[in-house]
Amino acid sequence: MDLIFDSVGVMRGRRAVLRDIDLTLRAGRVTAILGPNGAGKSTLLKAAAALIPATGRVRLGNDAVATMAPAHRARAIGYLPQEAAVHWNIRARDAVALGRLPHRSAYAAASARDAAAIDAALAATETTHLAQRPIAELSGGERARVLLARVLAGEPTWLLADEPLASLDPAHQLDILDRLRAVAAGGRGVGIVLHDLIQAGRVADDVLVMHDGRVAAHGPARAILQPAVLEPVFGVRFGTLPGPHPICIAMERLGR
Amino acid sequence: MTRAVKLAILAALVVAAFALSLIAGKQWLPLDGDAARAIMIELRLPRALIGLALGAVLGLSGAVLQGYLRNPLADPAVVGVSSSAALGAVFAILYAGASSLAVFGAAMAGAGGAMALLAALTWRSASPVAFILAGTVLASLAGALTAFLISTAANPYAIASVLDWLMGALTDRSLADAARAIPPMAVGAVLLAATARSLDALTLGEEAARSLGVRLGRLQALVVIGTGLTIGAGVAVTGVVGFVGLVVPHLLRPVFGHRPSDLLLPSALGGAVLLLVADSLCRLAPGASEVRLGVAMALIGAPFFLMLLLRHRRSAWI
Repeated sequence: MDLIFDSVGVMRGRRAVLRDIDLTLRAGRVTAILGPNGAGKSTLLKAAAALIPATGRVRLGNDAVATMAPAHRARAIGYLPQEAAVHWNIRARDAVALGRLPHRSAYAAASARDAAAIDAALAATETTHLAQRPIAELSGGERARVLLARVLAGEPTWLLADEPLASLDPAHQLDILDRLRAVAAGGRGVGIVLHDLIQAGRVADDVLVMHDGRVAAHGPARAILQPAVLEPVFGVRFGTLPGPHPICIAMERLGR
Repeated sequence: MTRAVKLAILAALVVAAFALSLIAGKQWLPLDGDAARAIMIELRLPRALIGLALGAVLGLSGAVLQGYLRNPLADPAVVGVSSSAALGAVFAILYAGASSLAVFGAAMAGAGGAMALLAALTWRSASPVAFILAGTVLASLAGALTAFLISTAANPYAIASVLDWLMGALTDRSLADAARAIPPMAVGAVLLAATARSLDALTLGEEAARSLGVRLGRLQALVVIGTGLTIGAGVAVTGVVGFVGLVVPHLLRPVFGHRPSDLLLPSALGGAVLLLVADSLCRLAPGASEVRLGVAMALIGAPFFLMLLLRHRRSAWI
């Protein structure tokens, strides 16, 4: 099911951090959300997950996300925040198991189905060997993978992740990107905020470029990841590399 | 050892501590004889029942508040409910005849007022920071008003009984006291226990918890009303007894793990054990009168807690 934004706006204090967003993010594809700092990328994800008040409407198919029952919405939309906060020193597997909470009725114990989803998510993020370790003993990258596994375990229709690659080494970045591509290939939707344009070129089917709270460009990755599109948004001159993926590399600041 | 075995051991300790509370005292009770039966039923049974219930709700509410605020230093005192209930009780002692029913009613009214103010102050924010700030404001306001009431009281005997009451004790409580206090504690405990899953989700932060379907407003209502009922009723019947809610979840975290839902039941059982044993020891302390339970808890609790902090100083999760 596509994730549709109908003239969505978000105010923070008196400042409009998101304005007039009309957009359809398509299921079955990975959409990379790019833009300079403060462009509204994270706000867009939070508005999509109904975590902040917004004007206009975000729909999943025909259902308005804001008015869904919280448990139903939690099963439909998985959200991975940017900050990797884990406030208690729980075991990694218990952290991943939190992703199943929306699937469990009030006082029921975890089912075999829950256990299978948790195992699959641990395997997908290569964290099975960390499952019994206390989360405080994990490295930043290991913890980031465990938290991604938490979202995967919920098997959401849409997976929205805010910079999931930030603390990962290159090998794990590639693994996670493959994993996200597999999720999208299964017909689900994936929207990820990225700062790394090269990784965006590698993973994304579609690219959404945000600038000053508005959509600057949106379309297939090959059409959007072009110096002519990116340069006015980022204020940086880009070079390109030939190859199977559209690769843009920041060269120097413009207008200095 | 599995969790079930650990829980069974704790439950056995509760039973043992309850039995100790029934027989321990300046006069150790043999288990037969009419006089002994009278002492046990009239004096020690209500004391043991109230101690059991109070210790359980102090431990439970401490575990819930630490989970809710994601802060191992939180305890029921931060919400301001105990100071507000104490304010109500002090008012009743000074101006409403000091009958145990009047004190109980006034203390519950104080706790209710604190809950209403807390709800008003944190309305629509549902953020733990707002919660802590509002609770701190309430606690200091109630403390100031209590001091004001005491300082303006004309009768030195009434002041003495206020101070005596504020120190917290289980001495000379009746079955009627137990019957008044335990129902609100039980209702509050059920509300607090219902927070378990949401507390787990909050481990990942507020946004992640909300994305997992947790309704923070509902959670806050459960925490506020649950704490108000349990701690309000506790203060109403025993005065202010601290440290149990702070220390017990700490002691049990290494045994039962850090996941908030795993700590609720153990903290209730552990709180009951701690309070029953401490109260029994109060009775056994040498001297003509008893050490006040609230004073004893603070005397045992503070150095104990300091030791705990020093031992865990090097780990990130103190």
